[in-house]
Amino acid sequence: MHPHISTFYLASVRVRAAELLPWIVALAAFFLFPDFLSLGARILIYILLVLSLDLVIGYAGIVTLGHAAFFGIGAYTAGILSAHFGIKDPLLQLAAAGTVACLVGFGTGLYVLRTSGLTLIMLTLAISALCLEVANKATSWTGGADGLSGVTIAPILGYFRFDLWGKTAYLYSLAVLFVVWWLVRTLLNSPFGASLAGIRDNRTRMEGIGALVNRRLVQVYSISAGIAGLAGALLTQTNQFVGLNALGFELSGEILVMLVLGGVGRLYGAFIGTAAYLIAQDQLAKKFPEDWYLGVGILLVGVTMFARGGLLGALDSLTARLRRALKL
Amino acid sequence: MADVLHVSGLRAGYGPTVILEDIDLTLAPRRALAVLGRNGVGKTTLLATLMGHTTVHAGSIAMLGQRIETRPIYRRARTGIGYVPQGREIFPSLTVEENLLIAERGRGRWTIRAVYDLFPRLAERRNSFGNQLSGGEQQMLSIGRALMGNPTLLLLDEPLEGLAPVIVDGLLAAIRHLLGEGLTAILVEQSAKRALEMTHEAVVLNRGRIVWRGESAKLLANSDTLAALLTPERHASLAPS
Repeated sequence: MHPHISTFYLASVRVRAAELLPWIVALAAFFLFPDFLSLGARILIYILLVLSLDLVIGYAGIVTLGHAAFFGIGAYTAGILSAHFGIKDPLLQLAAAGTVACLVGFGTGLYVLRTSGLTLIMLTLAISALCLEVANKATSWTGGADGLSGVTIAPILGYFRFDLWGKTAYLYSLAVLFVVWWLVRTLLNSPFGASLAGIRDNRTRMEGIGALVNRRLVQVYSISAGIAGLAGALLTQTNQFVGLNALGFELSGEILVMLVLGGVGRLYGAFIGTAAYLIAQDQLAKKFPEDWYLGVGILLVGVTMFARGGLLGALDSLTARLRRALKL
Repeated sequence: MADVLHVSGLRAGYGPTVILEDIDLTLAPRRALAVLGRNGVGKTTLLATLMGHTTVHAGSIAMLGQRIETRPIYRRARTGIGYVPQGREIFPSLTVEENLLIAERGRGRWTIRAVYDLFPRLAERRNSFGNQLSGGEQQMLSIGRALMGNPTLLLLDEPLEGLAPVIVDGLLAAIRHLLGEGLTAILVEQSAKRALEMTHEAVVLNRGRIVWRGESAKLLANSDTLAALLTPERHASLAPS
């Protein structure tokens, strides 16, 4: 007999010190850069969105170019609840946005995840385009191309009002991101996460051991859509406005770039990639208002060519080299 | 009790390309069958067809009396087929223990402890990732993973291929142990002598058809027939029995 059998999967693995770093940095930024809290909140919201994308692309191997659809659905759900139904409680809006996006993810996932490769990419793109067009045409509900205004948000838990400096928005987004990160981390370190890794490694073999591969993919796709919906609701609540660009293909492409920049399938790639992209975008746009995209392009080409596995991959290589050098 | 496996008039291959023709097989519970033949005669295709990886053009496959030839792969696995593929196909990004636990299905003889008892080396390497294992360890893991599904029928496709002799001995002992316990199995193996020693029955394939079937011990005792069956130019003189 073997007295010790290691604990099931990684669920019990304690949080490593390095995993606390993003949260320490985020809290420090709140105090050190009070003038950049709006940008900070935007970064946190996009991290949430990119994290949801990593769940499907990095962990389940589902390639999608239409993930912004769920972000937009969440954004419009929160906005419509406030502007048309007078539901202004942010947590209620958040729950509704996540649920609606999750349900749409489930419904579309049942259909699109039967396909793979180019067909899958095209179908996700088509669903995103359909959502965009629906939002564009349903002007009485969404405001169409002018966007949905008249969104007002009640104080969080009745106490914390969204202020002009973005303090509440920043801390609120940070809190939501933290909770979702913890849930995603737990999920990925559970048997569910292991089965996703198995599907990504070898789908046919997973079927060969009797796994319900398609069901797993639909589940993760729905969860990811729900998280993207939460991110969308956060954007609506912090901006008090929703525009069509929340659903656009450009956003789907942009978040993919952020993920690749940070490192796909790494959980923390979303954190570093999104922060690097949005900070670079902000700084470059200030210095080179006409050509800032060129700078972002150069950054991406540089990372793709010289940092396999994104910025986190580069960090890994650097750490390994340092370790070797210190041993010598 | 129903036969574990009953194959009748099977014609199968990859897409429109037919590899197997007129395959009839019956395997009773607690019996082990060796599938022999030269390279490229359809041995792996036969196992792949039972598992659902190929296209069935005609015939039937029944498992414990249930027709399965139209069932998808995962449902065949859930019916009770455990498959140890030729390439091992370990999940590289999962640890040894995760590779095993992910395949756990049904209650039965095979638990993770039982697999570790059969392959103590896997217990030692339980936290290593699939891509960090040697060929022998991968093969142990592949067999262990198939056992975790508590299969009614185990398909072993060249489990000793490409392994060092010292590893082969250990794996052989484990496979002998499994078959000795009465696990119903089909074994595809390049070494005819080794396969015949471990099994009750044998079939020899040539060009996708069964050209000989009978007791393993009988074929093992008749080295001339065995040599003739496995030598290409001498096939023509042997009619199927």
